[in-house]
Amino acid sequence: MTTTSPPVTDPEAGLPAPSASAGVSPLRRLLSELTRSTAGFIGLLLVLAILAVSLIGPLIMGTSVPGDPARAWEAPSSAHWLGLEGGGKDTLHLLVTGGRTVLMVGFLAAAITTVIAVAIGSLAGYFGGRFDALMLQLTDVVMTIPQIVLLAVVGAFYKLDSPTLLAVIIGTLSWPVLMRSIRAQVLSLKEREFVEAAQLLDVGWVRIVFGEIVPNMASYILINFIIAVTNAIYAMVGLYLLGLAPQRGNNWGIMINDAWTKGAMFNPDAMPYIIAPVTMIVLLQLGLILLTRTLEEILNPRLRDR
Amino acid sequence: MSTDISVPGSPGGPERSATRDAPGVHGDHERTAPQGRRPRASLRHRIYHSFLLRRLLRSVFVIWVVATGVFLMVRLLPGNPVDVYINQQIALYGKSYEQAAAEAQNYFRFDPSTPIWRQYLDYLLGLLRGDMGTSIATPGVTVTEKIAQYLPWTLYSVGLALLISITVGLLLGMIMAYRRGGVIDHAVSIIGSGLHAIPNYLLAILIVVVGAVQLGVIDYTRMRGNVSPGVEPELSFRFLSDIGYHATLPMLTYILTTVGTWALIMKASTTQVLGEDYVTVARARGLKDARIQGNYVGRNALLPLIAQIATQAGFIVGGAIFVEQTFSYEGVGLLLFESINSRDYPTIQGVLLVVTITVVLANLAADLVNAALDPRIRLGEGGAA
Repeated sequence: MTTTSPPVTDPEAGLPAPSASAGVSPLRRLLSELTRSTAGFIGLLLVLAILAVSLIGPLIMGTSVPGDPARAWEAPSSAHWLGLEGGGKDTLHLLVTGGRTVLMVGFLAAAITTVIAVAIGSLAGYFGGRFDALMLQLTDVVMTIPQIVLLAVVGAFYKLDSPTLLAVIIGTLSWPVLMRSIRAQVLSLKEREFVEAAQLLDVGWVRIVFGEIVPNMASYILINFIIAVTNAIYAMVGLYLLGLAPQRGNNWGIMINDAWTKGAMFNPDAMPYIIAPVTMIVLLQLGLILLTRTLEEILNPRLRDR
Repeated sequence: MSTDISVPGSPGGPERSATRDAPGVHGDHERTAPQGRRPRASLRHRIYHSFLLRRLLRSVFVIWVVATGVFLMVRLLPGNPVDVYINQQIALYGKSYEQAAAEAQNYFRFDPSTPIWRQYLDYLLGLLRGDMGTSIATPGVTVTEKIAQYLPWTLYSVGLALLISITVGLLLGMIMAYRRGGVIDHAVSIIGSGLHAIPNYLLAILIVVVGAVQLGVIDYTRMRGNVSPGVEPELSFRFLSDIGYHATLPMLTYILTTVGTWALIMKASTTQVLGEDYVTVARARGLKDARIQGNYVGRNALLPLIAQIATQAGFIVGGAIFVEQTFSYEGVGLLLFESINSRDYPTIQGVLLVVTITVVLANLAADLVNAALDPRIRLGEGGAA
């Protein structure tokens, strides 16, 4: 789909997702294929760069940003590359320190979503029966309510004080979609010979489900984990931007909200303050999306052009 | 129907035919059918109807669960708004508990002094009558009235944008599939990926920052709201063009953020269908390209996308809270945002419920369209899948 990548000619690339016994670990194979595709490589670089800046940057520059209100909205200069914001704080400094929360919430929420979805989805698919029916009903309900609306309402009833709490709530509200596709995959995987063999050996359902079936979906789960990260970032930045999550600390969502409510867009000197965090989020999302698109293409050759 | 009482050779004899009048039209029709082709037709008929019934029941169930969740959220959870409201009224205005409780009953549609099962029953019966309580932020206005005032604008802007986005996206996707590697394919892929990466609320902000303030090509201040002051709602060109003008920016945002996704999905679907044997056979038979593209490829590529259209509808309705707030477009998203800010709990609940019902109906419509187009769905669905 991403056309910047030349068609991969490696004969092995056309194989469907290999079983766990393929020698080289599927994740490593994935990585080597990823670096061979231009779009995938750009995506990987973008994500790694933003991760590095947001995780290492604060260690060098310090996490607390001193502000001098007398110098509010100063234009960009050699000392302050992106100028100063309304409280006289350095915009670049805020930008570097503001990524942590976004990434933390994104990855934590995605991890929670993925763990719940994989656990429930694989068990529901493997055992079927009442548990399966109950879980399907539950996903039916949760999937129907638009997630953002639900989050906003939950935010209205509870104080979403800490980013960690926000991540937990986003994570626990967004597993149903992934759970359904994991369940569908397990339904087909459990008919395979290696599952039958494991059942004959009587190794117990825990090992069959999580030792035999789930590893076969590793790459698929990885893709969906990255998609979950983009969705969680979409939701959390949106909540901060609307002011529905408390405006404490510093992150890109709060920066945009602050810039918007203070009318930064009408002040030419303040432009970097609103454009910079928007750019960071867009670049992060773009990197993640390029990454997933390329991974999907590698794993599902039918999507690839010819 | 009442004429064919006895069917030659039907098991049971007179005993059964005597009771047959009671079960009703459906059973009669079935049993009196001759053994040839009609039983099959009536069986399919029956299964179709039970599919419809099952699907309807599922929709009602989802709405009931959400309504119950809303009730529990307000009544049972710690720090529930009913108690908060009552205590506030007592503390701030020195009202008696009875007085404050009576007001709470008016707002939240249940009386906190009656037993909980009774409250729940009254609440559900109230919902059936369309009674969702009274807004706290704007006293005297019912939640139903409020939503009726805001919801049509969201349905109109989101619905129209979805229609445009899907039409353009599907056409682009087909073109991309037929001319893989061409200019359009490359351009749409890159631009589509880029736009997909921009969350709709950030695109909305960028439109204001770049388009309105920096370049000055968009008259942002005049485009705020749903209609210009002084324009009356009527079926006239002036009114229609005015609401179109005011909905431009939200719609532009929805369209730009989704059209690329539609194109890419449609391209993948079409590419897959193009590889099917029946397309090759159709080509070998020398059928005209236009017919292959329309009847063979387009139709089959489109089928799997219908369910996704409904999902997307839900997503856009959710995204409306951001976009409408940015453009001050007075739809249900802005209503939710304002209600949250003013802690207008009855309205928040009402919006949550109505948005859910809207999405349930969209999903229901998609499923029914799907079932009408693809018999495998209504015949094959085992209830669970």
